[in-house]
Amino acid sequence: MSSAQERIGVYVCHCGSNIAATVDVEAVSEWAGEELADRGVVIARNDKFMCSSSGQEVVEKDIAELGLTRVVVAACSPHMHEKTFRGACARAGLNPYLCELVSIREQVSWVHTDREAATAKAKAVIAGGVLRVAEQVPLEPLRVPIHPATLVVGGGIAGISAALEIADAGFAVHLVERQPSIGGHMAQFDKTFPTLDCAACILTPRMVEAGMHKNITLHTWSEVTDVKGYVGNFTVTIKERARYINAELCTGCGICQEKCPIRVQDNVFEAGLGFRKVAYLPFPQAVPKYPVIDGPNCTYFEKGTCKACEKFCPTDAIDFTQVDKDVVVEVGNIVLATGFELFDARRIEQYGYGRLPNVFTSLEFERMSNAAGPTNGRIVLRDGVTEPKTVGIVHCVGSRDRNYNAYCSAICCMQSLKFAHLVGEHTDATIYNFYIDIRAGGKAYDEFYQRVLEEGTIFVRGRVAEVTDTLRLPAEAADEGRLMIQVEDTLAGKQRRIPVDMVVLSAGLEPPADAKETARLFGISCSSDGWVIERHPKLDPVATMTDGVFAAGCALGPRDIPASVSNGAAAAARILGRIQQKEMALEPVRASVDEARCSGCRICNDLCPYNAIIFHADRMVTEVNPALCQGCGTCIPACPAGAISGTGFSDAQILSQIEGLLMVSASGQLREVVPA
Amino acid sequence: MSATTTQAPVGAATDSAGAAFEPVMIGFTCNWCSYRAADLAGTARIKYPPNVRLIRLMCSGRLDPAFVLKAFAGGADGVMVSGCWPGECHYIEQNIKALRRFVLLRRVIEAMGIEPARLQLVWASAAEGQRFAHEVGRIVEEVRALGPLGWGRDGARPHESIAAVSTAAGPAAVPAEVTA
Amino acid sequence: MTRFLYYPGCSMDASARAYADSLEAIGGPLGLELDEIEDWNCCGATEYQGISPTRAYALVSRNLALAEKQKNGSRTVVAPCSACYLNLAKTEHYLREDKGLAAKINTALEAGGLHYTPGSIEVRHLLDVVFFDIGIETIHGLVTRPLGGLKVAPYLGCLVTRPDYDHRWRSNEHPREFDRLLRTLGAEVVDFPLRTDCCGGHMTQISPATGFELIRRLIHAADQAGAEMLVTLCPMCQMNIDAYQAEMNRYFKTSYHMPILFFTQLIGLAFGFPPEKLGIGTEIVSARQALAKIGIAVPVTEAQEPVGAGAAGPPRRPRAKRTGLPMPAMPGEDGEAPR
Repeated sequence: MSSAQERIGVYVCHCGSNIAATVDVEAVSEWAGEELADRGVVIARNDKFMCSSSGQEVVEKDIAELGLTRVVVAACSPHMHEKTFRGACARAGLNPYLCELVSIREQVSWVHTDREAATAKAKAVIAGGVLRVAEQVPLEPLRVPIHPATLVVGGGIAGISAALEIADAGFAVHLVERQPSIGGHMAQFDKTFPTLDCAACILTPRMVEAGMHKNITLHTWSEVTDVKGYVGNFTVTIKERARYINAELCTGCGICQEKCPIRVQDNVFEAGLGFRKVAYLPFPQAVPKYPVIDGPNCTYFEKGTCKACEKFCPTDAIDFTQVDKDVVVEVGNIVLATGFELFDARRIEQYGYGRLPNVFTSLEFERMSNAAGPTNGRIVLRDGVTEPKTVGIVHCVGSRDRNYNAYCSAICCMQSLKFAHLVGEHTDATIYNFYIDIRAGGKAYDEFYQRVLEEGTIFVRGRVAEVTDTLRLPAEAADEGRLMIQVEDTLAGKQRRIPVDMVVLSAGLEPPADAKETARLFGISCSSDGWVIERHPKLDPVATMTDGVFAAGCALGPRDIPASVSNGAAAAARILGRIQQKEMALEPVRASVDEARCSGCRICNDLCPYNAIIFHADRMVTEVNPALCQGCGTCIPACPAGAISGTGFSDAQILSQIEGLLMVSASGQLREVVPA
Repeated sequence: MSATTTQAPVGAATDSAGAAFEPVMIGFTCNWCSYRAADLAGTARIKYPPNVRLIRLMCSGRLDPAFVLKAFAGGADGVMVSGCWPGECHYIEQNIKALRRFVLLRRVIEAMGIEPARLQLVWASAAEGQRFAHEVGRIVEEVRALGPLGWGRDGARPHESIAAVSTAAGPAAVPAEVTA
Repeated sequence: MTRFLYYPGCSMDASARAYADSLEAIGGPLGLELDEIEDWNCCGATEYQGISPTRAYALVSRNLALAEKQKNGSRTVVAPCSACYLNLAKTEHYLREDKGLAAKINTALEAGGLHYTPGSIEVRHLLDVVFFDIGIETIHGLVTRPLGGLKVAPYLGCLVTRPDYDHRWRSNEHPREFDRLLRTLGAEVVDFPLRTDCCGGHMTQISPATGFELIRRLIHAADQAGAEMLVTLCPMCQMNIDAYQAEMNRYFKTSYHMPILFFTQLIGLAFGFPPEKLGIGTEIVSARQALAKIGIAVPVTEAQEPVGAGAAGPPRRPRAKRTGLPMPAMPGEDGEAPR
């Protein structure tokens, strides 16, 4: 037993009564000292709080005075305090990777009730730790340099905020946006809650700043198609799609847009409520100001004729020969600010969106209310002319609903209140809001709700069952031609049928349709809903589990503008810290191939999702690139020759841990285990 | 579910002392999902049986079938393999590779005379503490019903057990000659 | 040749005779082989479940057990009546989900020397089988007398598309499959907004005011949409709209004349069968006028009400011309429903 050659210290924590109430900590430490002595344990102690400074000092003292070569701490989860105890060992001069923290709290004392069984299991867990730690070897973290440039994916308010913070600090940013202009959804809004600031007014200065910033390179009408590398050293390929407009020559005069004879429904910026030309600028304040020609709908590309834009362009900036261009950039860190898409309200057939003309979605309403929108700010029915006399605003469309999305979309209540206010501002209509709960938690949000109440909006607490144009005659004959909202008024305790002229559906937020592809592209995880998973939901909200890739804004989940801006700034701050330190230490959990044993069978070659496994055809051997390797260990069992080994989770360590875990019976007795 | 040392009911599996049988099991978890699910079960104080002793791997893909065989040979009555849900692996798709190995391994152990139900696979994401606890409870009962594996404990050597199984099942089940 | 076990239900012999006759007629050309379940019993309709669920499930399960026993090479039971279909499908589903219930029911079945293994029988509605198994292409190929010019409103009733245990229908509220089937026969299918709304069921007995209102609503909507007849697939729906139309008219002082036929009858007409063979002419609100418009002559029978001057509900609202703001794109007839 190689563990017998080590000098192992075992420390069992009471964690107050968290562990001690269920596990007989004293007995366990005594047992470890006695029964595991022939496995190398020279000292076994227990302490009320091992993680406290006094607890750590005990460990450090033992290392110095007893010449410990390995340390096992039995306490909480390694996700809590592995760093703490590794730090203590390091301070005492012992390599931190020679310390093992085994969990007897989350996985023993907190989940089992029988004291005897829990104590037996704690013994087993410690035995596993003792045998494992003996096989651990000293390791040094890998140091990698950090490239000072940053990639920001997504040009909405979160992406713009992150980009500006980094750029203002003096470092280069590549800002990639798939639409022709940056601005994101915020550019579509009319006013923002609760201040009722005009969205464009507060956003466009930022957009202009980002567009003109010497440190920001805008890649609009572009997408990231490939990401290689690792933290500090990413190589990213950006596909800049052909605009068919030469940006060098274009002055943004807009004549091409004026002269273009083809009009199509604008399903992006106008949310389907308006039209745009095929040669178009998505909105007047677009950054950059160069238009784009929508190839699939262009007459020239379809039939070879027209070219009106080319004829009239005063600077000859139209270039139909343009092709998509791949740009490769090197960056050190990445911020994903890919935002959200609106829930497709057509899915809820009972609300009639798409079938009944006067049912609108939130984005359609924003465009309608916007003075620069398709109705010049008039609130009208689908006929474009008639003002509604009664408007119903429906909360929670597609959210808080097991049939669609179970989560709350966070911003719709405030948005619905805003709509109620705006309808009141633009018309004399009677306004109903149909809600489940009013979520108005932010600064000045509840005051805004009170204001809307005072302005006379009628609130009905109940989930709308149906929006229909089929009336119950003869009682409802007077409402022929209007819409009827069927809802249970839960506060009044009865069903109500409320005639309205116009319905606005506050549709929920969803991740972009290609969220899972994006996650795969950047090597991060997203949840089953499609939102990016942050490293810790409470304490690390902008980092992902992949070093070097951060996320900001609605890519992480529904949130309002202040939160998105904060996220962007937070991600920027983390990145600036990294850039400033110029290099980073990575956990040394890596695989490596012993070339002497490698036969070149290449079974392992296809197993690495990070392309860290390279085959050298000249020498007929495989090599693992330690910088690209993320340490999953999948290649290790695959090798028939056992030529691949992994630090931190080696075969010897795990096999020893298995042996140790099985040394103790269910009742706490040592078992004579016959070695396999 | 607590361990008892009282006499087991008639017909129930017992250990050599005649007490109610408590399976000893090893559970392999992955650092990012299932280990965190176990931690979450802990923080939420969800109770489950103490029979499964967990090992943390970085990824379910790290699981070498030899680990499972070592566990059985070393005296485990059952082994649980757990990881992130397919499609959600922290290392993109390594849990799929783990799944492949699991499926083949199950067939192998069956050929060796071990009931396939002693090796179980559980997917659990980091948010599924409740589910993790529930699955552990279920698996423990299933293994308990199968009784002790009887390998590598109390002095029995693995190849002796194989021979015992093969003679019980009939000469065609396993080759008569089994070398250690 | 598509072979199924067949559960006709009680109404096929009586109030829905026309459904049975027309189904028999078209069964041949469609290659539909329906083996009636031997000794089948009532499905309990809509009442029994409200009185005693367990006994109701046992009653239905007897049919499932008989079907399982019959072993005609198919494990699918087809029911033309929506209530029968749903009772069978629902009970099968519950037996599969709830082992306790299954055990209890099987104890009851054992008393009759029967047993049902949950999951061994699949239950489908006739429309489901005609549309998905036989397919509109096959049907189109058999149409010899297209129904061009006949404006129909597709009415499925409430029980077929929900709950949709097997996720057959693209949409539960506005399914388009029935529309497409009728269009294949050459008919002009109007955009009927109440495809899956309630016909009143037995409300005509329990609360006539409610029942008549529901019937009136359906007829009114079909009329407003420009339909000359309703087409349905459920005997209950057909009976309510047909047999109670006169009383409904008296109640509301309206004078609607909206005939309602079974889809199998229309298929039969499109396949060239004479109306008498399909039970056309036996309906109370006569379809004679509507069919005469497209050149099909239906013999007069005594059962029918004198034909009025045509549908006379409130004046039809003129269809608004589409100007103004654009509408969102909706999935095409055979396009994906947004999911």
